[in-house]
Amino acid sequence: MAVFTRPRQAFVIAGVLGLALSATACGTGDDKKSSKAGSAECAAYEKYQGHDGKKVSIYASIRDAEADLLERSWSQFTDCTGIEIDYEGSGEFEAQLPVRVDGGNAPDIAFVPQPGLVKRFADAGKLKSLSADTKALAEQNMPADWLKYGTVNGTLYGVPLGANVKSFVWYSPKTFKEKGWEVPTTWDQLIALSDKIAASGVKPWCAGVESGDATGWPATDWIEDVVLRTQGPEVYDQWTSHTIPFNDPKIVDAVDRAGSILKNEKYVNGGFGGVKSITTTAFQEAGLPVTTGKCAMHRQASFYANQFPEGTKVAEDGDAFAFYFPAIDPAKGKPVLGAGEFVVGYADRPEVQAVQTYLVSAEYVNSRAKLGNWVTANNKLDIANVASPIDKLSVQILQDKTGTFRFDGSDLMPAAVGAGTFWKGMVEWLNGKATAPVLQGIESSWPK
Amino acid sequence: MTTATPTVAAGTQKTDGTPTTTAGRVRKRLNSRTATLVSIVIAVVWTIPTFGLLVSSLRPEDEIKTTGWWTAFTNPQFTFENYEQVLFGRSASSGQLAGSFINSLAITIPSVLFPLAFASLAAYALAWIKFRGRDWLYIAIFALQIVPLQMALVPLLKFFSTGVTLGGVTLMPAWDLVDEQKFAQVWFAHTCFALPFAVFLLHNFISQLPGDLMEAARVDGATHPKIFRTIVLPLITPALAAFGIFQFLWVWNDLLVALIFAGGGDETAPLTVRLAEMAGTRGNEWQRLTAGAFVSIVVPLIVFLSLQRFFVRGLLAGSVKG
Amino acid sequence: MEFDFAAEQPKLLMLMYGLVAFVLVVGGLLLLLDVVPAWFARRREAQLVAASASGAPLPRRPRQREGIFALFFLLPTLLLLTIGLVVPAIRTLLLSLMNGDSTEWVGLRNYGFLFSDDAMLRVLTNTLIWVLLVPLVATGFGLIYAVLVDKARFEAVAKSLIFLPMAISFVGASIIWKFVYAYRGEGDQIGLLNQIVVSLGGEPKQWLLESPLNTLLLIVIMVWIQAGFAMVVLSAAIKAIPGDIVEAARLDGVSPWQMFWQITMPSIRPALIVVMVTLTIATLKVFDIVRTSTNGNYDTSVIANEMYNQAFRYGQSGQGSALAVFLFILVIPVVIYQIRNLRQQREG
Repeated sequence: MAVFTRPRQAFVIAGVLGLALSATACGTGDDKKSSKAGSAECAAYEKYQGHDGKKVSIYASIRDAEADLLERSWSQFTDCTGIEIDYEGSGEFEAQLPVRVDGGNAPDIAFVPQPGLVKRFADAGKLKSLSADTKALAEQNMPADWLKYGTVNGTLYGVPLGANVKSFVWYSPKTFKEKGWEVPTTWDQLIALSDKIAASGVKPWCAGVESGDATGWPATDWIEDVVLRTQGPEVYDQWTSHTIPFNDPKIVDAVDRAGSILKNEKYVNGGFGGVKSITTTAFQEAGLPVTTGKCAMHRQASFYANQFPEGTKVAEDGDAFAFYFPAIDPAKGKPVLGAGEFVVGYADRPEVQAVQTYLVSAEYVNSRAKLGNWVTANNKLDIANVASPIDKLSVQILQDKTGTFRFDGSDLMPAAVGAGTFWKGMVEWLNGKATAPVLQGIESSWPK
Repeated sequence: MTTATPTVAAGTQKTDGTPTTTAGRVRKRLNSRTATLVSIVIAVVWTIPTFGLLVSSLRPEDEIKTTGWWTAFTNPQFTFENYEQVLFGRSASSGQLAGSFINSLAITIPSVLFPLAFASLAAYALAWIKFRGRDWLYIAIFALQIVPLQMALVPLLKFFSTGVTLGGVTLMPAWDLVDEQKFAQVWFAHTCFALPFAVFLLHNFISQLPGDLMEAARVDGATHPKIFRTIVLPLITPALAAFGIFQFLWVWNDLLVALIFAGGGDETAPLTVRLAEMAGTRGNEWQRLTAGAFVSIVVPLIVFLSLQRFFVRGLLAGSVKG
Repeated sequence: MEFDFAAEQPKLLMLMYGLVAFVLVVGGLLLLLDVVPAWFARRREAQLVAASASGAPLPRRPRQREGIFALFFLLPTLLLLTIGLVVPAIRTLLLSLMNGDSTEWVGLRNYGFLFSDDAMLRVLTNTLIWVLLVPLVATGFGLIYAVLVDKARFEAVAKSLIFLPMAISFVGASIIWKFVYAYRGEGDQIGLLNQIVVSLGGEPKQWLLESPLNTLLLIVIMVWIQAGFAMVVLSAAIKAIPGDIVEAARLDGVSPWQMFWQITMPSIRPALIVVMVTLTIATLKVFDIVRTSTNGNYDTSVIANEMYNQAFRYGQSGQGSALAVFLFILVIPVVIYQIRNLRQQREG
């Protein structure tokens, strides 16, 4: 097999064998990008110049249509600077990234959606700390709540990029108007509305947590949202960092509160059946009955907007929209649960750092936002560049200085819990197991 | 197939000389009828799930997700949209289907040939060359089948990316391959992972060959390489074809090894990688996978049908050896 | 869609290199094996001539020549296996004695974890059910089918149909079975199984939630895929039965039933063993069926699935490796069976 390691030798052999090499020679080369560095539209990229022809590889879980938008969002940057970005998206991202990194084949940059995973790589010494430029720009543009999640032992490793808001309840403005239902703004109103809808013969809530090998995650979001609302952000932080046990009475209380909706046969599962059908309903389909009137409300993140079939008007006066999942205890403020991805670097070559700096800049976030279907917590994002109503609402919530933002807890916990026993525990819980033994089981699985 | 007539017909032709009762003939024909019936039933049951997928792949997205595929017969609504999306895809980032098709071929062909050649050589040595410890060696290779390939990914990737250094001496430098050169890593990995099973399967066939044949050849002064080439290889074609088919399928449908060793870029990603991507970031476009499954099934099926005739040639070879 | 041929050319060229390398490596090896012994033979001949001329005692025929041959035949395989599987296996063994991020030695603690957990007991039982049922049922189906369609007029088509599931990528297969087991509490069923139940007047069920039925339903998927493998190998073996033996039996007026038990079965015994052993090992390692259907929820998990989760998703490489080593221990009975087989073969 040694032949392949020296392409030039192999080339000679192929030539000897009389392959049509002349044809090949025409096919390659001479399509080198001409750097348009001097032109006016490139003025914004002045500080990233000097890396013409260098390659930077990026690896993330974003793929298909969304990956197209991603590549378009930095096309002007690559044209102007001559830096070539080699993007790869994979559905197996979380499992593959550690393999590639351990195998000595790490990408230059990865977009990691789990702060827990960022910590794991940082602890193992695999990540490069950010350049002074990137750090300064990040501190200027990103809220402190967010930067905290990209920081490990006092060093900033990950810059937040995209974001989504999870504290949303999807509903149909059209149906609500027809039936005369009001969008609830407090927890009590929410429960009152649920009872009213249930009395009318429609199951008010629909939910689904089936998601292939990630089955269970939508239920963990539910629990996290309720913990944040009943116990407040401090307890939430203690819980996700395991300074209080997973089965602390406060958490048991919150889980039971979530159960008063999710495990209530009168409330669920509109359009799909009983409580148990939640575990086998795909999360992608779970909220669709909202538009057909078989279900009134569905708690899911902002990105659920993409799940509605083509032709569905997602707007405040349309077929589907979302309202803020109401607070329970007014004393605990207006908490927001969300998630997003962090840009981490496995290399610190100058061109890699240039890309990292660019990704946190005002130029990038606005360029990406203009293409649609994207939200960030970056405060340089001009809301005028955000087109869709639900994205606008998300940006308003993220940029609201009075709100408290907390990151999705299962992404903060060690993967054995956050992507393992917590998901599985929720499936058992929805399947009829009592709260106490489920939380006890998750607690005992926390890695020592 | 060689005999166009069923078993019974062939039997009666040859047994003309022997007295066969009419009752016996009827019974045989009945047996054959039942056999045919049973085999058809099994084939139908086996195919229904796949048939459902085929029907689904021709239905519009909303229909697939809300009603069963059998309703397509009472309420026919067919479209080629899924196939259009798969073949001429909307996503620019995942590249052209034709490109990934070529990638799949470029990955698969050498990944089938190398283990086939190496394993048949090794299996021959283990079966017919006498040396100390060969049984233990065979058992050891056999037992390696249980090593989960997931466990081999990291060390093998390290082997490519950092090379081998022993006591400060570089035994092998890092490969440092780019773009399509990475195919070599995939070939290497697939060959490693396929060998234990290949040696096991081929050893079983090769060791069954009659010893007299080898002995006679040795007496005539034939060397091991000559025996291997002229006697063993022709006799084990059915086994080679069988292994070839399975290795082809395994590599063609593999996602994991390709993703790790070739990456998911345009230059190297095979069909499976591209199909998996088409479900979208949140997996909501899975209706495209129905059509994708049928697009990717075409080549393995052709391979199966074209290699199937080797099984018959095996029959002839077997009858020659006596 | 425009097809850019220039972009594809380097790939095809690379494929060409691969094929050239194949010819060079394999051809070179065979050539070497031809040339070297010939050279030795000539030298020995010269020695013999010289010896007989000088009247000295004949030199002894070197005994290790066979061994050297074997070495060359085995060289590529052994080299690749060492790099690709032996080193990783040793590494796995070492990792299984270390903690989750492989920074300190923990002795046998990871193995303790395997037996301290209640859920693990369930996993072990499930694995046992899988490993007992899959090889038996899949081989049984494959064999019956191979015999039934042998020499039938529609053999090629019939075999292709059974083979079809093997050719479908796993992504496709997971959707196929979604359309079989899916459940809808209200409205139309999209799962075939529930549709049948409903049309017979029954209540639709959530098939994958009911243990231990769900494990059996997942096993059905594995059997559905693997029966094609059994059928292909066994069919090849049946066709390799020498024609004159079959003919002789037929002349004796043997019934199909007797033919099956007295001629077919003994002749294909080695192939049967290959199929059973292969399926046993494949079943021990199977995890993607479980992972995509239930992800091990509802008491359906098996060892390989837990291994994958621990090592690749939870970052607990110690526990994951311990499970991999445990798989190795489970396969020991099969290895012992192989040793016995080999002994019998050598004696016989």
